Amino acid sequence: MTIINYDQRLVTSKNPYPKGPNDWKRFFSFNTDAKVIGIQYIVTALFFLLLGGLLGMLVRGELITPPSDLFDPTVYNGLYTMHGTVMLFLFLFPMLSGLTNLLVPPMIGAPDMAFPKLNALAFWLVPVFSIILLLSFFVPGGPASSGWWSYPPISIQNPLGKMINGEMLWITAISLSGISSIMGAVNFVTTIIRMRAPGMGFFKMPIFIWTVLAAQLLQLLGLPALTGGAIMLFFDLSFGTSFFRIEGGGDPVLFQHFFWFYSHPAVYVMVLPVFGIFSELFPVYARKPLFGYKFVAVASFGITILSLVVWVHHMFYTGTPMWMRNLFMFTTMLIAVPTGVKVFAWIATLWGGNLRLSTPMLFCLGGLFNFIFGGITGVMLATVPVDIHVGNTYFVVAHFHYIIFNTIAFGIFAGIYHWFPKFTGRMFYEGLGKVHFALTFVGATLNWLPLHWAGLLGMPRRVASYDPEFAIWNVIASIGAFILGVASIPFILNMVSSWVRGKAAPPNPWKAIGLEWLLPSPPPHENFEDDIPTVLNEPYCYGLDKPFVQDEQFYIDKSFKKH
Amino acid sequence: MNTKIIKSNNKKYLTIFIVISAVGIDILISLLMGYWSYSWLPIQASEAANYVDNLFAFETTIGTFIFLGCTGTMAWILIFNRAPKYDESNGQPLEGNVKLEVIWTIIPLILVLAIATYATKVNYKLENLGSKTKYNFGQEAPFIEEKKPFDFGPIDVISRQWNWEFIYPNGIHSSELHLPVNKRINFRLITDDVIHSFYIPAFRLKQDIIPGSVITYSLTPTRKGVFRLRDAMFSGAYFSQNQTNVIVESEDVFNKWINETVKKELQNGLNPAGRLYDKRLKNGNRGWATVEPAPAPKVQDVGLEDRPHDG
Repeated sequence: MTIINYDQRLVTSKNPYPKGPNDWKRFFSFNTDAKVIGIQYIVTALFFLLLGGLLGMLVRGELITPPSDLFDPTVYNGLYTMHGTVMLFLFLFPMLSGLTNLLVPPMIGAPDMAFPKLNALAFWLVPVFSIILLLSFFVPGGPASSGWWSYPPISIQNPLGKMINGEMLWITAISLSGISSIMGAVNFVTTIIRMRAPGMGFFKMPIFIWTVLAAQLLQLLGLPALTGGAIMLFFDLSFGTSFFRIEGGGDPVLFQHFFWFYSHPAVYVMVLPVFGIFSELFPVYARKPLFGYKFVAVASFGITILSLVVWVHHMFYTGTPMWMRNLFMFTTMLIAVPTGVKVFAWIATLWGGNLRLSTPMLFCLGGLFNFIFGGITGVMLATVPVDIHVGNTYFVVAHFHYIIFNTIAFGIFAGIYHWFPKFTGRMFYEGLGKVHFALTFVGATLNWLPLHWAGLLGMPRRVASYDPEFAIWNVIASIGAFILGVASIPFILNMVSSWVRGKAAPPNPWKAIGLEWLLPSPPPHENFEDDIPTVLNEPYCYGLDKPFVQDEQFYIDKSFKKH
Repeated sequence: MNTKIIKSNNKKYLTIFIVISAVGIDILISLLMGYWSYSWLPIQASEAANYVDNLFAFETTIGTFIFLGCTGTMAWILIFNRAPKYDESNGQPLEGNVKLEVIWTIIPLILVLAIATYATKVNYKLENLGSKTKYNFGQEAPFIEEKKPFDFGPIDVISRQWNWEFIYPNGIHSSELHLPVNKRINFRLITDDVIHSFYIPAFRLKQDIIPGSVITYSLTPTRKGVFRLRDAMFSGAYFSQNQTNVIVESEDVFNKWINETVKKELQNGLNPAGRLYDKRLKNGNRGWATVEPAPAPKVQDVGLEDRPHDG
């Protein structure tokens, strides 16, 4: 057994604000407690999920009929641009930062994050850039309307010629979001590397921690490219430079390289923690050890490394030379290998288990089902000749929603339900959770499955109107989108009422193995305080008769005591 | 003793039977899906279409096999491995199996390498993209020598915010793209404003048009008919109106069109975006900001906006 060097000072160092207000007001203050910050992130993100969903439903409302009849096409373009931007930068990234904040310290036995003030600062940038982004609805000319890619020259056309315009606010917001994410990443990586409980070597960490580490390293490597590109775009737009302007000898395709060098890995930044959630939850609800723990752990880094060399697959038809297209086709396809390792390991984990189909498990199973589908269409899109036909059509829209909503958001819901009792101290209502799952699965499938066919038949993405032959697929998709809107009702109802008056949660309601489940629900301010457990095994030894930590009974007894 | 052996043998045979029939059904459905996949795509109207569709059908077959294999196993687990109510005992404590894990690393590896190799071959076979040459903004797009020979062209394809114009070697300007069937045709793709994309679903071909560069492109239509040409790279307010028709004709009909059209007067060509923009101005210019649409191109063949199309 390897015991890693453990720096005791990190454990006993006092939180700079030891006695923050302990009522609801702490959620509205510059609080440095990772658990408070986690909930701040998650609640903010869920609010923006509603807003992004509303924008998405407006988009689907326009597309339910072939002509552009609900909005002026300029308004449609602004709505779909803001839908994508809100969902990615205001919902998904903050949501995952929130889950990471909540889970990392308890899971590794740390009292808090390595840099609590930086952590709070990273969060408080979210409302700042969110407000900047939303203000752009009210400036003359409307918000940014060149898609979330914001490709020049379309993004720097600035029709009204004003200094303050939607696009300028958009770039400002995105740059601040990038800075916030970099601050978060520095914090998460440091915490994971330096503050693990004694005995928790890398190959005893929970998979969620592995995937967070893989994802956050990716943030550190990739974000500078996007942020740099965004700043150049800002200069082109506002100060007349010509990094990307053809009039001054610039090259618009250069931006696409900066953009995709980060924005493709960004998908893995979002999906990796969700893979972590799947790897945590399947063993709990199947009552089995995670199949091939080490393979699953290492596969995360396989994905990280490969994802840095695939970005040109977004540019197969921009005039990229043949050798480069072929090269990037190979690298992109290789990602299927580590991803496949994970998928097969999850299925093998389920095999022969004793399955409990509670709400979190249903979301995991649904997410895995959708991910297998989305992964296969992903390989199709990596194939150059097929991509040349379906690229930039609704096939791509359908594929990435299968990943980003039907997999990532499903995993996020699973995680929220699974850890809800731990961090609120209340149980949620299982029945409402199941209704939420059923509506979400039906709505999401109706919304995005039919759009694959629209794309195969040649319906371009981002259109405000389309030829009548695509109508049938769009009608079904719009109905699905509205069902998804309805699905948010049982979710909100469940979360709010459970938190206010749900049944008190025991420390370990799911009989799960993991450091966080040895803590009271909700955990005290500094988690294990002075009694950090010594980890003996990885947290997946269901039925194996291997002890998880030294003196497990001591921690179980302690977790039942009121603090 | 004997009955025990028979029983365990029976169980073994049952397992083998179930696995073989499940794989058999999976293969059958996968082959059917591959066969059906051709009907999900538009009509095949260029040399590339058959290659793309075959590749897509191949991937659909393999994809269906994997999808059903995985989800079928999940369904089996959901049916037979559910915990009874109040049963919180553990399942079989399997930690892993290195042999199995090596197998499911190597098989996908071989599979994706095979697909990528097949696709690379198709790329070299089609060779649609010629060269991309930068030129100074505001100057005439330069002529580029093509390495691979072609039968007709180059036709200049000019995309604007938001209309299309096609200029033939003999100087004809047209709003619709007339092409002779079964000839390799060369294009020069040009734009002066933003990025557009030259996308003809029935041809299964798409190429972005990049301002500041002239891109040469070749393709061979193989079927007579009317097909949609759609701008596939978002180009602003009236992006979805930036569509026109490709008319593939026999060589005789095409030559007749060339010879007759060249004598016609220039007039305003197709420009649906301009019409919508005028309507917007008339209604008080409401909506969010947009650049003004480019004026209608001056063409000899105005074309027909709502021409019924085959794909």
